[in-house]
Amino acid sequence: MVTRYDCDVVVVGAGPGGSMAARYAAEGGMKVILLEKKAEIGAPLRCAEGVAKKWLAEVGITPDPKWIRADMKGAIIRSPSGYTFQLDESKAGSEVGYVLERHLFDKHLAELAAKAGAKIMMRVGVYGVIRENGKLVGVKAHTMDGDIEVYAKCVVAADGYESQVGRWAGMDTNVKMSDICSCIQYRMVNLDIANDYCEFIIGGDAPGGYIWVFPKGDGIANVGIGVMGTKCKHGADAKYYLDKYIAKTPGLAKGEIVEVVGGFVSTCPGLDETVDDNIILVGDAARVIDPITGGGICHACRTGMYAGKVLADCFKTGDFSKKALKPYDKMWRDRMEDKLYRNFMAKEKLATLDDETIDELIKLIMDSDIKEVNVYNLLKVIKEKFPKVVEGFEELI
Amino acid sequence: MKVNYNRCLHCGGCVGSCPQNAIYLNDYILEFDNDLCNGCGRCIKLCPVAALSKEA
Repeated sequence: MVTRYDCDVVVVGAGPGGSMAARYAAEGGMKVILLEKKAEIGAPLRCAEGVAKKWLAEVGITPDPKWIRADMKGAIIRSPSGYTFQLDESKAGSEVGYVLERHLFDKHLAELAAKAGAKIMMRVGVYGVIRENGKLVGVKAHTMDGDIEVYAKCVVAADGYESQVGRWAGMDTNVKMSDICSCIQYRMVNLDIANDYCEFIIGGDAPGGYIWVFPKGDGIANVGIGVMGTKCKHGADAKYYLDKYIAKTPGLAKGEIVEVVGGFVSTCPGLDETVDDNIILVGDAARVIDPITGGGICHACRTGMYAGKVLADCFKTGDFSKKALKPYDKMWRDRMEDKLYRNFMAKEKLATLDDETIDELIKLIMDSDIKEVNVYNLLKVIKEKFPKVVEGFEELI
Repeated sequence: MKVNYNRCLHCGGCVGSCPQNAIYLNDYILEFDNDLCNGCGRCIKLCPVAALSKEA
């Protein structure tokens, strides 16, 4: 027995992107069903939990101490030979801000979607799309109470890095091998670290990526690594590199691990196509992630909001064709594409630098007078002294 | 494909990285569609905990 549900929009995945899309579509008067595969929204964790502060207001989220675990004073960037560049609050700019509790943050966003009128269904594993006369009309899923079919005027694919819904619908969500970072993260306790500073370690300790230490107060932190498979000697065994770094780092070596999570991050500047007839891709599923930091929460929230708003507009005319959904594609590109492309180019160049050059770059930044530290300002300084590093995308800096 | 479940973290990274869409994560079990898999080895190279290997 297959149970049938009918709605205006079915959203697959209750991460930040999915919940935001569900919320804004529901606010637009649409009947929305939000499906979550897992048994808990926001868990298991697949994230370093660091976010900037500025964008929250832009997407209609009010900061709440319930899901903010720690407020950062700044950031530390550490070079291979141990040169450190410390940024304090006044200078920390927009790249670092809060360290979240994702399991509470994600539930909060789902709650906002529910308050707007979205129906949330848990433990629902979507395994395919439904087509009628070639037209995409919904998704099929397994649930705790048997199989279901959810019919909708439009599908929002918010299924994260796995991005299978888009593929089932015939879209190309593939990412090049060199644009994939393999990640592992430990929640560690009993650490001797700066509790107010997010730390980033770049260079050979994390080939093609970086190691992060994002504190959560009281000597607790998310300690993780992202590496490029194509830059690692023996495959992307991220665990090998992270264990090695922890063992040689005094403040971390005596800590204990209380949680282990794996995950992947795409580092391309977004898919070429993020809409098709009756489907929108948001967040990680659309590969809209900052290619240099790997940060995706704000991108997921923005794309989710844009998707919900465009869907609400389409609801007025009843047209959910690719052409009608195109404004969504334009909205996120107008807001983010230049920056994504610039950071993508920077990532490509930085991944080719040896440790000596990275040391030089950090020393250069240490001596510079950067008022607000973000990727843009760092690249500006690098452009002056190491023009070769920014060759090919100077016009974006 | 062989999965070492002593190492696998069920992160689903291999699922999203497979250019053939040949891998499924059903709860805690990875399923490989051998008809679709072309043996490119990308999942093996990318696994963050080296949990995958070719069948012996």
